[in-house]
Amino acid sequence: MRLPPALPLLTVLALLGPVAAGLWGTFSAGFGHFPVAGLNGPSLAPFQTLWAWPGLQTSVRLSLATGILATVVSLAITVLLLAGWTGTRPFRALLRMLSPLLSVPHAAAAFGLLFLIQPSGWLVRAVSPWLSGWDRPPDVLLVQDPLGLALMIGLVVKEVPFLLLISLAALGQIDSTGRMQVATALGYGRIRGWILGVFPALYARIRLPVYVVLAYSMSVVDVAVILGPNTPPSLSVQIVRWMAEPDLVQRTTASAAAILQLGLVVLALLLWRGAEQMIAITARRIAYSGARGQREAGLRVIGLSFGTLSVGAVLAGLAGLLVWSFAARWSFPDVLPDGLSLRNWQRNGPAAWQTLGTTFVIALAATLSGLVLTLGCLETEERHHWRLTEKGLWLLYLPLLIPQTAFLPGMQTLLLQIGVDRTLWAVVLAHMVFVLPYLRLSLEGPYKAWDARQGTIAAAMGASANRIFFRLRLPILLAPVLTAFAVGMAVSVGQYLPTLLVGGGRVQTLTTEAVALAAGGDRRAIGVYGLLQTAAALLPFMMAVILPPLVWRNRKGLQHG
Amino acid sequence: MKRMLSLALALAPLTAWATPDPTDWDAVVAQAEGQTVHWHAWGGSTATNDFISWVGTRLAEDYDVTLTHVKLENTADAVTRVLTEKSAGQDTDGAVDLIWINGANFAAMKDADLLFGPYAEALPNWKFADTDGKTLQHDFTVATEGYESPWAMAQVVFMHDTADLPERLGSMPELLDWARAHPGRFTYPQPPDFLGTTFLKQALVDLSTDPKALSQPVSEESYTEVTAPLWEFLEELTPLLWREGRAYPQSGPRQLQLMNDDEIDLAISFSPGEASTAIANFQLPESVRTFVLDKGTIGNASFVAIPYNSGSKAAAMVVANFLMLPEAQLKAQDPAVLGYGTVLDINALSVHDRAAFRTLDLGVATLSPEDLGVVQAEPHPSWMTRIAEDWVARYGVGN
Repeated sequence: MRLPPALPLLTVLALLGPVAAGLWGTFSAGFGHFPVAGLNGPSLAPFQTLWAWPGLQTSVRLSLATGILATVVSLAITVLLLAGWTGTRPFRALLRMLSPLLSVPHAAAAFGLLFLIQPSGWLVRAVSPWLSGWDRPPDVLLVQDPLGLALMIGLVVKEVPFLLLISLAALGQIDSTGRMQVATALGYGRIRGWILGVFPALYARIRLPVYVVLAYSMSVVDVAVILGPNTPPSLSVQIVRWMAEPDLVQRTTASAAAILQLGLVVLALLLWRGAEQMIAITARRIAYSGARGQREAGLRVIGLSFGTLSVGAVLAGLAGLLVWSFAARWSFPDVLPDGLSLRNWQRNGPAAWQTLGTTFVIALAATLSGLVLTLGCLETEERHHWRLTEKGLWLLYLPLLIPQTAFLPGMQTLLLQIGVDRTLWAVVLAHMVFVLPYLRLSLEGPYKAWDARQGTIAAAMGASANRIFFRLRLPILLAPVLTAFAVGMAVSVGQYLPTLLVGGGRVQTLTTEAVALAAGGDRRAIGVYGLLQTAAALLPFMMAVILPPLVWRNRKGLQHG
Repeated sequence: MKRMLSLALALAPLTAWATPDPTDWDAVVAQAEGQTVHWHAWGGSTATNDFISWVGTRLAEDYDVTLTHVKLENTADAVTRVLTEKSAGQDTDGAVDLIWINGANFAAMKDADLLFGPYAEALPNWKFADTDGKTLQHDFTVATEGYESPWAMAQVVFMHDTADLPERLGSMPELLDWARAHPGRFTYPQPPDFLGTTFLKQALVDLSTDPKALSQPVSEESYTEVTAPLWEFLEELTPLLWREGRAYPQSGPRQLQLMNDDEIDLAISFSPGEASTAIANFQLPESVRTFVLDKGTIGNASFVAIPYNSGSKAAAMVVANFLMLPEAQLKAQDPAVLGYGTVLDINALSVHDRAAFRTLDLGVATLSPEDLGVVQAEPHPSWMTRIAEDWVARYGVGN
């Protein structure tokens, strides 16, 4: 029996259906058609309200500036690290941290960072008062600053691991070692040789993920709530606030702002695209100049320092959460609490435990159904000899490129009208939109890399296509499938906006709880939730590392995936 | 027999959907059995969350009612939800069964006929309510008419860290003088946050020359004149605030963290016992005490209300009634738990309960009922909305 081509169709539907429906809802409400509130458009009234909002200019500037700057900085750190340090010992040490770092939810990382860098945080405490002379925290605006610098740092520490991991996967496909050997033989310095010889080919392969980082950074909500300014906030945060207003008409303002947010992202992508071409022209000129660039030790040091800093910041932040979750009295400028206590865990534990359950149910449902669809797609495509084209890739990335704040408000109003919002399953559907692309991206390589001759042999021995798939291919691919599963789980655990808007408050996960707690600022409770959130995302990764060698302890060739 | 059974089956859905009659309490309790109540309540404070989860445990034991705390960032979220459901025609089994509510949100819901009732004064425990001494039948000057039942009393107090600010401040002008001498050591939650707006109202009431005007709805003619002293005061105060007023804490509890980190020395609270509770939970330094202004401070009651489309009205009433039970009120007043003021008339209670209230240790930083002084009335809710809007336009989008 052949697998029905229904699976690819279903996947595209699960991937793009909610996005399309959501955008439709956003656009109709944004142009004043919102029957639930008694508005029968079209009208430009929502946009007029939006233009009249005095904070608009600042919040638009914030979205653009923090988004673009965070992407530039993340990419620069990634490039300097890869160019200056590939194959070295410190680089391998950094690599070991990558997957776990990637799975740390954005909100948890932001909380950790918050405690690290605010004026009463660990960094200031470490030098106070013996060095700084401060016996009370300095009154300076380090986090929630009007320029959004803290927000930007919060984004960079999470995006660098993402870009590094994506780049490493792509480097394997472009023979970077060979390219570097040629460059070195020609006398080029490490960084210049890498940038001229390897980067162009690499960038062509990581262009879409970079766009994802750009779109995400411009429209992020949870990190912005924790680290971003509030007078006024960035545009996406303001959209969510308008969505929560008791006056339903404000939803149309939110929708108009969502359309603006979408426009901003498109504009930024176009700008980025233009910059790419200009950089390409400049780089070509540099390449033709023939300069070899030998003195670049400084650049190498900068790359490694920033790379280590961003990794270190996340780790130190998590350590801060850990200490806070056990802290008894702890006042400034003490570096450590006066005593440790289990009370915070006893107080928050039971409720958090229950929320952990919901978080896992949603993540499991979204990831497992996503896995069935993705594997089904890959297998169907293989049997039909289809290949994932450039266009198909864009399709896959589309839900990640369209800002969440642009289509989730519309999705919520639509679900409300058909009466299935705030159910667990609606949330699972919303999560799948974001889980599916990552599942496909992490399975694409390993699935295609499978040695097809094993299938040929099995077929020659009379095995059916299904039997080959279930008995041979899947078991052999256990390790990559588990890794993809872990990625999917981490993506789902970290989702804030889909859970908040589609779940309508009835569906609570560790992430929505932790961000709600941020309003209260109780660092002990935030510590407990932030750690559990991280654990929920990390656990599947540990499973993916531990399980294959156990299952295949009698299959030497499969033990290392 | 068979006929009886089919009759019972035919009637079963009817009874399940029937609107309970608050005056027939036994029937209410019977109907509540097995129901689930989604209590939408602000979730930013661990102390309140713990109290609500204790209420849930007790209700499950005593009434077989399941209580789910839907933690809100903003009470308006729940109001929106009900409003949206009404617009979408979802008139039964809505998402919200019970809301912790007062002030503008209550006025809005009552106005739009979104509430179930009247039920409050039919609750068995209403007989203990201190209707003479406390504002339980008016919520921000709006008559409650039984559409919400009280469960806690709140009054503005100021928490001060005596290590840095040993003396109490008697008025808003004194606060300003102190801020001039100690810039950067005071802030308040960013309006439209509830507590932040309360600070603005407290300042207005304290500075106003014509407090009568505040009990009436805002009138366009008098608004500028009445609020002028407030804006003058804020013009001077803002640059003297923490971070020069370029950033604000996003909620009340966030101020506690600032005080614990010694970033500020003075903060507003709407709960006289909050400081003692926070000290016990390591959230504030042991040197923190509280004070009220010479002319007194604003006070009001916290209520719970039941949306018209709740599918668990009976159980929601059981919860509302339980919240007014002397045992629950005593627990809420305990500074180790919540430190909220009781809504009950202590003298109406049994000898045993009365003694329990009298001997309750209110905590180091809590003022005695006598020291709390005069409770000033809340301005009409329209003032809160208008002032918050104006504040946002002046200071909330500044940069």
